[in-house]
Amino acid sequence: MSATVRYSRSIDWVTLLIYILMVGVGLLNVYAASYSAEVPFSRVFSADWSGLMAFNWFKQLVWLGVAVVLIVVLVVIDYKAYDTFAYVLYGGMIVLLLLTLVVARPIAGSRSWLELGPMRLQPAEFAKFTTALAVSRFMAGINLRQQAFKQQLVLAGLTLLPPLLIIASNETGQALVFGAFLLAYFREGMSPLILLILAAAGIVLILSLLVPKLWLVGAFTVILALVFVFNTRVLRHHLPLALSTYAVVLGMVFGVDFFYNNVLQPHQRKRIEVLLNPSADPLGVGWNVTQSKIAIGSGGLAGKGFLEGTQTRFDFVPEQSTDFIFCTVGEEWGWLGTMTVIVLFMSLLGRVIFVAERQKSVFGRTYGYCVASIIFFHFCVNIGMTIGLAPVVGIPLPFFSYGGSSLWSFTILLFILLAIDAYRKQDLVR
Amino acid sequence: MQYLEGRKFVVLGIFLAVALVFAVRLFHIQVLDGSYKLAADKNTLQRIVQTPYRGVIYDRNGQILVQNTPVYDLMVIPREVKKLDSARFCQLLQMPLQELRDGLRAAKTYSRGKASPLVQNLSTQELAAIQDNLIDFPGFSIKPRMARSYKTQNLAHALGYVGPVSPTMLEKPKYAKYVPGDFLGISGIESYYEKELMGRRGVQYRMVNVRGIEKGAFRDGEFDTLSVAGQDLHLSIDPELQKYGEFLMQGKKGSVVAIDPKTGEILAFVSAPSFDPAMLTGKGSGNRYMELLRDTARPLFDRPLAAAYSPGSVFKLVNEAIALQEGVVTPQTGFPCNWKLVRCTHRHEYPANLTLATKNSCNPYFYQVMFAALRQGRSPSKYEDVAIGLTEWRKHVTSFGLAQHLDVDLPGERMGLIPSRNFYDKRYGHHRWTYKTIYSLSIGQGEVQVTPLQMANLMCIFANRGYYYAPHFVRSVGNGGPLPRFREKHFTSVDQRHFEDIIPGMQAVVDGRGGTGNYASLLDVGISVAGKTGTVQNPHGEDHATFGAFAPAEDPRIAISVFIENAGFGGSSAAPLAGLMMEKYLRGKVAPWRQRWENWLPGSADRFVTHRNRR
Repeated sequence: MSATVRYSRSIDWVTLLIYILMVGVGLLNVYAASYSAEVPFSRVFSADWSGLMAFNWFKQLVWLGVAVVLIVVLVVIDYKAYDTFAYVLYGGMIVLLLLTLVVARPIAGSRSWLELGPMRLQPAEFAKFTTALAVSRFMAGINLRQQAFKQQLVLAGLTLLPPLLIIASNETGQALVFGAFLLAYFREGMSPLILLILAAAGIVLILSLLVPKLWLVGAFTVILALVFVFNTRVLRHHLPLALSTYAVVLGMVFGVDFFYNNVLQPHQRKRIEVLLNPSADPLGVGWNVTQSKIAIGSGGLAGKGFLEGTQTRFDFVPEQSTDFIFCTVGEEWGWLGTMTVIVLFMSLLGRVIFVAERQKSVFGRTYGYCVASIIFFHFCVNIGMTIGLAPVVGIPLPFFSYGGSSLWSFTILLFILLAIDAYRKQDLVR
Repeated sequence: MQYLEGRKFVVLGIFLAVALVFAVRLFHIQVLDGSYKLAADKNTLQRIVQTPYRGVIYDRNGQILVQNTPVYDLMVIPREVKKLDSARFCQLLQMPLQELRDGLRAAKTYSRGKASPLVQNLSTQELAAIQDNLIDFPGFSIKPRMARSYKTQNLAHALGYVGPVSPTMLEKPKYAKYVPGDFLGISGIESYYEKELMGRRGVQYRMVNVRGIEKGAFRDGEFDTLSVAGQDLHLSIDPELQKYGEFLMQGKKGSVVAIDPKTGEILAFVSAPSFDPAMLTGKGSGNRYMELLRDTARPLFDRPLAAAYSPGSVFKLVNEAIALQEGVVTPQTGFPCNWKLVRCTHRHEYPANLTLATKNSCNPYFYQVMFAALRQGRSPSKYEDVAIGLTEWRKHVTSFGLAQHLDVDLPGERMGLIPSRNFYDKRYGHHRWTYKTIYSLSIGQGEVQVTPLQMANLMCIFANRGYYYAPHFVRSVGNGGPLPRFREKHFTSVDQRHFEDIIPGMQAVVDGRGGTGNYASLLDVGISVAGKTGTVQNPHGEDHATFGAFAPAEDPRIAISVFIENAGFGGSSAAPLAGLMMEKYLRGKVAPWRQRWENWLPGSADRFVTHRNRR
């Protein structure tokens, strides 16, 4: 049997199918988002190449063609290469990020785009899969639960270096994505306490912004007192821990103002303000969120129909083919449409987890979880922001948003996993 | 290691939890909450209202009285105002800087992105002066609009005026179809015929993008409507007569109403003091309105319609008609001029019959006529008898269109007052009043009150010998004729023959030797006039002069009532004025020997009073 035949049999067709559905639906919506009644579709037939490239949907189609080539290349490459060259790719990506910092011209306030002739690339997009490969490689060599603190530190360093460089290029949204790796580490044995503490810290932070400080201090003091009253063991054995936790919480409550006013940039501060109170400034900072919610909310159950979305077509929603593509879905296809997208994502994530779990190697499994976590993070934050549940963070909706960098980086991210998965049986044979 | 595999459920659980939160939230904003759909329509749908051409108002001869003329509003969109050179702008528009600032602030409060008016009612000339320079001021634009303009300087009270709809009006359901900035008839005919004059607004729904640029019709214009121009109104007003009446009433307070008794069409409707209807339109109309409002002579008060006076001696005619109908007197009945009953106006011959009594306006005679009508012995009690009589009498009186709305086509008509049994029972107590208490009704003084319009209508009734058409201004809405109710004959409860009996007396008043209304006589030009003078006692000052008449007596074409406040005896001021008006209408000119009155009558009403006192 030749390798190609075996390959064709062993690629995960379910994931591929979901992928095709997602980019297909995405392309339709990119077409709708940039559709204008004044430019009929028939003009396509008379347009030359540069004329065609003026259409966003056509460009997206070209990017998709490139993605298909990428997919073929990715699965033809020997799967072992991803393992072997993980650190090399990681190193190359770090160099690229540094280079971007030096070379890039600022676009919309961030120095994160590399210009190669007519094309623009965002290296931060590609940092995701290289980092995922590197940490998976590293993870394969250690046992997260039992390994020395030193190695955990190295892992943390590997994970944090790219986002720090990305933050330096003023693209905070893309940097936040790296937080998603925690989910993968959790699967590989990281203490759940870390997730819980982070979740608790997040809740405390949000509460400090919403609730008057004195109430919070009072509430936490009461909780501490209750713990002492009902669990005297804590008083005897864990007094320092309990008190220091209490001190940290109080510190957070009062530190949040400092963080909010001195660390966050003005536009980030406003995005949080808008999240907490969307109607505060509907024409100013709240515009994006307000208009995005109006577009989605006006879709109703079944939507206004393909190309019938008034909010989308008349440019009320900003960034409607990239970060806010979900609005077009919501407006033209209604709740049924948005639910389809959500179901597609859930199927993809579930399938990726399934694929990850059937890997025999720690490398493959960890990488699978990294893929799921990264896609999940984008899904969460992107859709969350369009419906006013998350602050406005400029990250795309995977496979749906218009843009070459994002489409390619997610395609690479996903198909490396499929390539590794396709050779899983070969592993056994060997 | 194996037990870690269970953690995949935790991870999947987190995924599903988020998906569930999204699903619920999306269901809420997309399916349950309708406010987003409204917000989306508000975003994209622009409602363009086409205000139709307001109907034109014509006079009796088909000449235009009120028409439309373009005026221009200077609009401002605050968001688009860039680097405003306010000093130059103010110089250009000749407006104080403070006014510009206030205007801009008000506009910002209304909307930053929508146009609101900064200066209204610029004329074409004013527009020409600023138009070329306007290009230097982004955010400012000109919006043309139709406003009322007047071809006449008369008839202000009846025409009324058009003004912007006020916020208080907008709260009422009646004005649900209006939006701020709309104009509508505020008073007079403009208000009464608002529906006909306004026509129907056209509404177009356009879709606009985020920058307000039009993107075509909404659903291919499925919901759009075309505007329908307002209907023209053809008034029965005789412009020459109206102008003449206002000229004669200069310097006086009072009213003149002339009606064609054959149709009920109002020929002249003078309320003095008057004003130019154009004062209440265009730039500065607000200030001019306030000036009129503060004037102590109350020029805005629509006297013919809303002032109620005692009718004075003219009312004797009504009492006589009722007494004849009741059969308690005949035209040949004579009563002594007994000054013990009531003081008479002057010494005169013995009132041996109705005609003589009417000619001399004998107070004691008509005292006894009404006594006969009220005290018919229907009850042994003199209290009950007069009360029964009064009730019967009042039924007759109201059939003359008194103490009720005549339903003229103007808003704000007063009813006047004809006292009833209840009225006196309340004032004096049950069975506590007799004829002696209320006798002043017999000579048209006391509690009885009529409007000048009702008085003119009363003259129509006598002219027609017993019926009237409701007085009205509009003889045709568009080409459709008057409102149907203006074609209905209203009969009084008094038979035609009794009117025939009264009219010789009214002719004697004017044309008979020593008649009280001799100054209204047109016998020298071959026109017989029937009329009655009146002098209305007035607790606030000099008596009001009144005169009611119709002519020609045998085939009347005009009925008229004149009230001049504080002008004393009706025969010396109201009568000659009525004479001039009737001659002007019937002959189109005034005999040369009477023209000297034209120079004498206009002026203060005090002149008549001093003249009388001298005599």
